Amino acid sequence: MPATYEPIATTTLGSAVSSYTFSSIPGTYTDLVLICSNLVEITNGQGYIRFNSDSGSNYSRTVIYGTGSSAASFRQTNQVGLNVGMDTSAQRIRMNVMNYSNTTTNKTVIDREDSGTAATVGTVFLWRNTAAITSISIQSFDGSASIQAGAVFTLYGIKAA
Amino acid sequence: MSPILGIFASQGRVSSTAYESIATFNGTGSTGTVTFSSIPSTYKHLQLRITALGTAGAGGYPTSLAYFRLNSDSGANYRVHSLNGNGSSASAFSNTSNGDFIYLPGGNSSFYASGIIDILDYADTNKTKVLRQLSGSDRNGSGSIYFNSMLWNSTAAITSISLQGDASFNGNWTTGSIFALYGIKG
Repeated sequence: MPATYEPIATTTLGSAVSSYTFSSIPGTYTDLVLICSNLVEITNGQGYIRFNSDSGSNYSRTVIYGTGSSAASFRQTNQVGLNVGMDTSAQRIRMNVMNYSNTTTNKTVIDREDSGTAATVGTVFLWRNTAAITSISIQSFDGSASIQAGAVFTLYGIKAA
Repeated sequence: MSPILGIFASQGRVSSTAYESIATFNGTGSTGTVTFSSIPSTYKHLQLRITALGTAGAGGYPTSLAYFRLNSDSGANYRVHSLNGNGSSASAFSNTSNGDFIYLPGGNSSFYASGIIDILDYADTNKTKVLRQLSGSDRNGSGSIYFNSMLWNSTAAITSISLQGDASFNGNWTTGSIFALYGIKG
């Protein structure tokens, strides 16, 4: 049986960058899983995930999180990317990009973020675009080369029967 | 590549037998019930990955809270504990029910809901069954997200899974909806 859950590409940053892009993503899978570990954006503690180089206000999210003393929920609309935490406690992100190659639906992302010292976070994101996703970029918040060396990015494809 | 989930071969390639696709249902606009039957017992865990939207009826788009039945059990043998957020506040609830614990928050037009449900030790006849879920829908100004833990109070091995919309569900799952069942080997 062919592999169902397959690594597409991986990298470990050897130096600080402003962004890293997985490009030419094949449309042969059903879902994508992006896992980022040791992810630190030293200037702002946060950054963006963008699809197909779209930096327009086409992203939004609904969030639930717990800090260890309280739980809360918030929402952001019309954002310029999927806003994710990249704080100095070395954030780990596991992002499920659902039905990414479908060309009739806007894209939903289910995300889990874990920070050892800050919070546990669950997020549902929306990218308001029906295009198939062919590239995913991990970007610093302000465009500066502040995503630290040592971050590991791995992209997996999951293929349904 | 170092292993991430514990199911990958050390050389960085996924074992072709570790995570397998069992079956997939694609919405057609004319079916409202999804059933996975004759699930083999050869895996350790199951994972159900869903992107879905119910068709609009006279009342508009449904809330899409899908009923989840294991082995056709429609009794009050399910229990859910939920932590959820609606974009302004977090809340929690629990209930005992006859299966209404897959929370796919209602979509709108082309805004689908998504969910990932892990069914742990589904074939073990020595324990009741535990499921965990992360699901949600965002519609750029509305939506919600759910962290759920569920119990099916039965020691039977799970051989079938069916999902259908709740009372507000007007009919069918739209095209573009996909329900995919995977098996994970231990």
